[in-house]
Amino acid sequence: MKGKGKHVIVAGGGVAGMEAAGSLAEMGLRVTLIEKSQDPGGHLLKWHALFPDRRPADEVRGYLRKRIQHENINVITSTVVEKIRHHGHDVVVNLSGGTEERADAVIVATGFDLFDAHRKEEYGYGIYDNVITAADLEEMFNRGKVSRADGSVPSRIGFIHCVGSRDEKVNNNHCSKVCCVSAVKQAIEVRKMLPACEVFCFYMDMRMYGPYYEELYRESQEVHNVNFIRGKVSEASVNINNRLVIKVEDTLAGRPLKMELDLMVLMVGMEMSKTGTRLAEASGLGTGINRFLETGDHHYGNNLSHVKGVFYAGTCTAPMNITDTISHARAAVAETVRYLNGR
Amino acid sequence: MSVKQANRFGFSINQSRLINYDTTDRKVREYVTLMEPSFKLCFACGGCTATCTAGQHVSFNLRRMNTLIRRGEIDLLREEVRQCMLCGKCHLVCPRGVNTRNVVAVTAEAIRKLDRNEL
Repeated sequence: MKGKGKHVIVAGGGVAGMEAAGSLAEMGLRVTLIEKSQDPGGHLLKWHALFPDRRPADEVRGYLRKRIQHENINVITSTVVEKIRHHGHDVVVNLSGGTEERADAVIVATGFDLFDAHRKEEYGYGIYDNVITAADLEEMFNRGKVSRADGSVPSRIGFIHCVGSRDEKVNNNHCSKVCCVSAVKQAIEVRKMLPACEVFCFYMDMRMYGPYYEELYRESQEVHNVNFIRGKVSEASVNINNRLVIKVEDTLAGRPLKMELDLMVLMVGMEMSKTGTRLAEASGLGTGINRFLETGDHHYGNNLSHVKGVFYAGTCTAPMNITDTISHARAAVAETVRYLNGR
Repeated sequence: MSVKQANRFGFSINQSRLINYDTTDRKVREYVTLMEPSFKLCFACGGCTATCTAGQHVSFNLRRMNTLIRRGEIDLLREEVRQCMLCGKCHLVCPRGVNTRNVVAVTAEAIRKLDRNEL
């Protein structure tokens, strides 16, 4: 294979970047993996357990860590890829700190940012103590204790779907895909940890698109008595007993509904990452109306960019679960190798 | 058995509960869609009804009203549209950016026109 010994830079050390780096190294290519944080791992570092099987996130973290322990991979952390440009046969990247790196190809795997829940002010994140995000709840799971800000045990928890997704008011018309099943997973975990705690999910549509997702939804009702109310929560406030009060329409009953909660979990969606946006702007990489990277073709070229030698992997192109991210990263490697062989 | 006796046993001729989509009046829907095209974007989340000032006290339900327009349920709509106070809070909430307040206004207009045979 002609690609052997060639050098590829992978921008971003999350799930997609780690898998891409591992696959490239395995095929005999030289890889520089560049990660903006102190450690590779991305959002997965914060997660406790994964849907749909609730396996420990550590198992997948372990797989990926092993994946990048390869003599062909050089990992550079605390560094951001700021600009990519094609130069002769090479691709040149500018790194934070002013250095440059040359390669035969680049895989962009800059991932996503979680929606900043402060932007949905009507839900009171950062205003009321007991409004948290799905990521905050995972941290509670990691610590082994789900509690209110004052340390007390909640007797009723509400999960609010579609926070920052499918919402023109925050300029995100897209669906983030994974939040529905995440909520169901977390609802089950809460019910198992705190059997006396009631759990309600407030949803607009339940999008159980993946294998075993619908089964998980069914299990949450059948085994764990999770309640589902179809309606978008319009606002939250706090009453004199320091409990949250939410307003929603129970659209299936056709009447407005008021409910007190001890803890409210906002299922924040995925947005194009800020570092990815800056990189795209500096490098002339096209973005779609959802602000994610626009790929060469939605059906048969969704790892391709419009710049020679630059390929895309993972959630920098669209919201994705881990399974699809890993597949997408492997496909990006296939496209990269095809490009290098054809050069 | 006389009709009177039959009624005592609960047998009578009821109006059909069916929404007969083929015979419904589409004029109101067409008028509202023309005058306020954002009406088409509603995905029935109920955010408007949750926040509705009138809906806390009376049966007004904007999410339901949108469906009644789409299905051509004019008689129900006639009652519904009168209850809105046009405060516009729903407009602030709508995740699809529907101009909800104007939907109510043009629906009322459409019904007035319909009654005058102007639609």
